[in-house]
Amino acid sequence: MKKEEVPQDLGSLGKITKEVCYATDDSGKYTTELSQGWDVKAGALDVAWQNIEERIAAAREKVLRQEASPLLYFMELKLMDIGVLAGYTGFWKWQVRRHLRPGVFKKLSARKLRRYAEVFDVSVNDFFTLIRT
Amino acid sequence: MKIDFEHIQAAHCENGVTVSLLKNIGVGKITEPLAFGIGSGLFFAYIPLLKVNNGPAFAFRTMPGLIFKRTCHALGITVRRKKFRTKKKAQEFLAACLDSGHAVGCQVGVYYLPYFPKEYRFHFNAHNLIVYGKAEGRYLISDPIMEKPETLSEYELERVRFARGVLSPRGQVYYPVAGRPITDAMIQKGIKNGITRNIRDMLHIPGPIAGVRGIRYTGQRIKKWRDSLGVKKAGLYLAQLVRMQEEIGTGGGGFRYIYAAFLQEAYGYYPDNILAEVSASFTRSGDLWRTAAVQAAGIYKGRLGSQNDFNQMGDYLQEISELEKQSFIALSKIKWKL
Repeated sequence: MKKEEVPQDLGSLGKITKEVCYATDDSGKYTTELSQGWDVKAGALDVAWQNIEERIAAAREKVLRQEASPLLYFMELKLMDIGVLAGYTGFWKWQVRRHLRPGVFKKLSARKLRRYAEVFDVSVNDFFTLIRT
Repeated sequence: MKIDFEHIQAAHCENGVTVSLLKNIGVGKITEPLAFGIGSGLFFAYIPLLKVNNGPAFAFRTMPGLIFKRTCHALGITVRRKKFRTKKKAQEFLAACLDSGHAVGCQVGVYYLPYFPKEYRFHFNAHNLIVYGKAEGRYLISDPIMEKPETLSEYELERVRFARGVLSPRGQVYYPVAGRPITDAMIQKGIKNGITRNIRDMLHIPGPIAGVRGIRYTGQRIKKWRDSLGVKKAGLYLAQLVRMQEEIGTGGGGFRYIYAAFLQEAYGYYPDNILAEVSASFTRSGDLWRTAAVQAAGIYKGRLGSQNDFNQMGDYLQEISELEKQSFIALSKIKWKL
């Protein structure tokens, strides 16, 4: 890639910081050039976020249909998977998996609910209300 | 408690941390490409079964931590590295390091990193930054990705140091210890070993999913994605590939340009024409990766989508595989007289 060819499509990162790219100058020698971003990869990031939005919407539907506990919705909202959620809450993965079942969730102790609420940065009440609004 | 420290911006966080920390102990000759090359940073792997952010895992570089480790090792520099069970101990150790004048590298997760743009904050735990002091209750941070130094509160730093999930950092800190002066002969030897190790990783690693065979394999699989996954999911997977290849930290072209820059600098230390020639072919490889990224973008943006378009995408990768194979074979022919 030549220095002049380093893309300068202003992206979300470019507004905060420019990134270093390696490119060649006229004599073919390598040098660095700052880039504001590139449409191709901004598009890739958009695709990833669209997918996340869809997952959140699907999780919400599932919770409303009583096929999963509200924890699923918040897990997707915070881009977590079961491993990450288990890590932050300190539960085992199999416990988290169980807690995702609506029946089990209903019987969870207040302490356990608080643990989840802290990790998701919401109040315990939100588990029961947010999803319906 | 402020250490005299110069912030350096780099393409990749680990290279940048390596360069900065070494400079801080008086080793000024190691540039980002040299650190990357001596640390045998170039790699490729496609792990279909391992899912990252709901897509398959691709790697364009070696395991996190190895570049720093190998570069220091090649230069005979001792590395102190420590993980912690408790947040308190991690905090105390960091304070002690800063008190004794050591700037330290930290492995962190980016999800809770406040100065990162929201769009980039995934649960990714192999980011690296340097803590070089504390002023007015806030830690002074040199993050190689950013143009300028940043600051973090105690809580914010602790949160990212104890991020959870895959590769959780567990408060990991590391720093090199100043030792013998670094000679050109040591760098030459580091270059030789770095290249030799990289040849092994790219050409001779067993199995079909890594090294140059991994690139070819990915190309073959992509051709089948349209039927096996459907256009939408295939687009998602291709977007994942492009992100791993081009997102912050790669210097463009999936690290291939940095490697080309490394070979060019290596030529300065060991004038063998093969180094210069292969540098040019890695530039071509980087260009090809980017051409492939444009093709992939056509698919995930919905402009392209026929089986022919997928075939074309797969062919690009097979071409890259062949090119990089020939490049590493050429490198293996160098007669090192050290």
